[in-house]
Amino acid sequence: MIEAVGPIKRKFAPWDDPTLKPFIRFENVTKRFGDFTAVDNLTLDIYEREFFALLGPSGCGKTTLMRMLAGFEQPTEGRILLDGKDLSGIPPYKRPVNMMFQSYALFPHMTVEGNIAFGLKQEGMDTSNISTRVAEMLELVKLEKFAKRKPHQLSGGQRQRVALARSLAKRPKVLLLDEPLGALDKKLREETQFELMDIQMELGMTFLIVTHDQEEAMTVSDRIAVMNHGVIAQIGTASEIYEQPASRYVADFVGDINLIDGTVTAVDDGNVTLHCAGVDATIVAEAGPGEVTVGAEAGFAIRPEKVQISLEAPPVGTPNVLSGEVWDIGYLGDISVYRVRLAGGSIVKATVANLTRIVERPITWEDKVYLTWPADAGVILLK
Amino acid sequence: MAERWTQDVKPFLAKWALVAVPYLWSLLFFLAPFLIIFKISLSQTAIAMPPYVPVIGGLGDFLAKLSDFTFDNYVFLTEDPLYYSAYLSSLRIALVSTILLLIVGYPIAYGMARAPKSLRNALVMAVILPFWTSFLIRVYAWIGILKPEGLITIALQSLGILGPDEQIHVYNTEIAVFIGIVYSYLPFMVLPLYAALEKLDATLLEAAADLGCPPTKSFWVITFPLSLPGVIAGCFLCFIPIVGEFVIPDLLGGSETLMIGKTLWAEFFNNRDWPVSSAVAVVLLIILVVPIVIFQNQQKKA
Repeated sequence: MIEAVGPIKRKFAPWDDPTLKPFIRFENVTKRFGDFTAVDNLTLDIYEREFFALLGPSGCGKTTLMRMLAGFEQPTEGRILLDGKDLSGIPPYKRPVNMMFQSYALFPHMTVEGNIAFGLKQEGMDTSNISTRVAEMLELVKLEKFAKRKPHQLSGGQRQRVALARSLAKRPKVLLLDEPLGALDKKLREETQFELMDIQMELGMTFLIVTHDQEEAMTVSDRIAVMNHGVIAQIGTASEIYEQPASRYVADFVGDINLIDGTVTAVDDGNVTLHCAGVDATIVAEAGPGEVTVGAEAGFAIRPEKVQISLEAPPVGTPNVLSGEVWDIGYLGDISVYRVRLAGGSIVKATVANLTRIVERPITWEDKVYLTWPADAGVILLK
Repeated sequence: MAERWTQDVKPFLAKWALVAVPYLWSLLFFLAPFLIIFKISLSQTAIAMPPYVPVIGGLGDFLAKLSDFTFDNYVFLTEDPLYYSAYLSSLRIALVSTILLLIVGYPIAYGMARAPKSLRNALVMAVILPFWTSFLIRVYAWIGILKPEGLITIALQSLGILGPDEQIHVYNTEIAVFIGIVYSYLPFMVLPLYAALEKLDATLLEAAADLGCPPTKSFWVITFPLSLPGVIAGCFLCFIPIVGEFVIPDLLGGSETLMIGKTLWAEFFNNRDWPVSSAVAVVLLIILVVPIVIFQNQQKKA
């Protein structure tokens, strides 16, 4: 069910293998801060060598979950297992996990070398082994020339690399990354994402990343858990989350989505007929998760890139057609976004890849356009 | 011309006027008195009013009198072991007090910096609060606490630890001086330490723990080194004035405690030997200039 991503990463889906034991297990974990429930009875399995992302808006409990694994917070209820071992009561300095902090938390009074060697010194590793390992780490993050610098003499990107090297130096069983690329600019962030993936594959560690950036989560991770209000809204691979969102929340949080509300008028063999009074249309689409019954309030969800926009009316009898007027056009270089205003006043977005260099586009403002899509392009989501 | 006045000359004058005020102040109230003291230290004692023979009467006999300049007073300081041991004793008391202040002040500052944010301002106020009462009155209050029939004796007697005839003999000893100094100078130690510790990023300690460093160790490898600017500032702010301290040893130390501030006072008021006491003051200043220069260099670096 997972697609081969590239020549190195062949089918990697330990979560589909019932014989494998999870490496990290959150078991009915609840964390309360006073009245506020940050994590609510959450159960989650992460497998060895997996690159796992916790994705959600701020305050959804993702950072708390990670901090509990690192040992900085104790679960109010439930327990966390690492490689079958209960972690409760083990202080952070005895856990075989290392964390890369959002603020990097580099020790300002130590050099780059000193920072990377810090964890190894605590282990009691001897000096020659420490310097070998530090040199290895510096090479891994391409900072050989900066070994003797202090953190304040480095750029943001270089500091981020030092933080990564420091957290990797001890070869932890699990590396925790707390919004690791948040402070970098877009270009550097993208580059670093791919580097992170390479490093993870090279070292064969389990990575757990916390991020609010859905693109970042989708790029780097094998699986993503989308979180909301302390619970997991959906777990799946990037494509599962994107193409088969389990709820409106997931559909809306991950990527861009058009949602057209209506009432279910017929259910037939997994196909749902939705009457959308607001836009004066009838839509037939696959049912999403949850039991859909006739008369239920539901919404049709479709990604903008799956909507086809045309000036010509489709043949009579074509199902799933919406018509409207071009309200706005956004030119993003690689794609153009058309915001089409439907009869009822609601807006549907359609994106078109700009395959040619012609500047004049056939469709322009205030044109009457028709929106169509393949039968399986969208999904019906319950309210 | 008017344009030149508003654009170039006026800001220039304004800038220098601003800088000139503190410089004039220092010149008038520090450098001028110092030069007078220095002049007195080069003259000879006389039973007169003022009790010294002026070296320079007017500009006219300046050259004639130049030969009358005498370093006898400075030579005298080296000959009498009293001064030598008073300087040493002052430095020793200042050093021990500074170390005691650091030991007492660090945990206080650390506790303040780790306290909930809403409490911190109240705690800073509590540290500054003693300043609202006169320094002299506070030192006098310690006499009432420390004297043989004072509060400590009464408290220990009523608890039955001391018999009805036994007394605590701390007053008029060096211990009383240390108590008085540590008490009086504590805010000067705590506030710079607090400023340094409060800036410390708590995630650094989490990072240290994450990398396998237990909390007690991370105090010595992370917290303490990062608070060093505060430690240095606090130590100099206490050490320098303690060396010249006069009131506390005079009120609490009795005759047993030898400090240069007291010696200077006795020389000036009891012996009425202005030239020698001026020489004592000049030497004291020279001794203190060294740590002050070190302190200022440290501040520049921080």
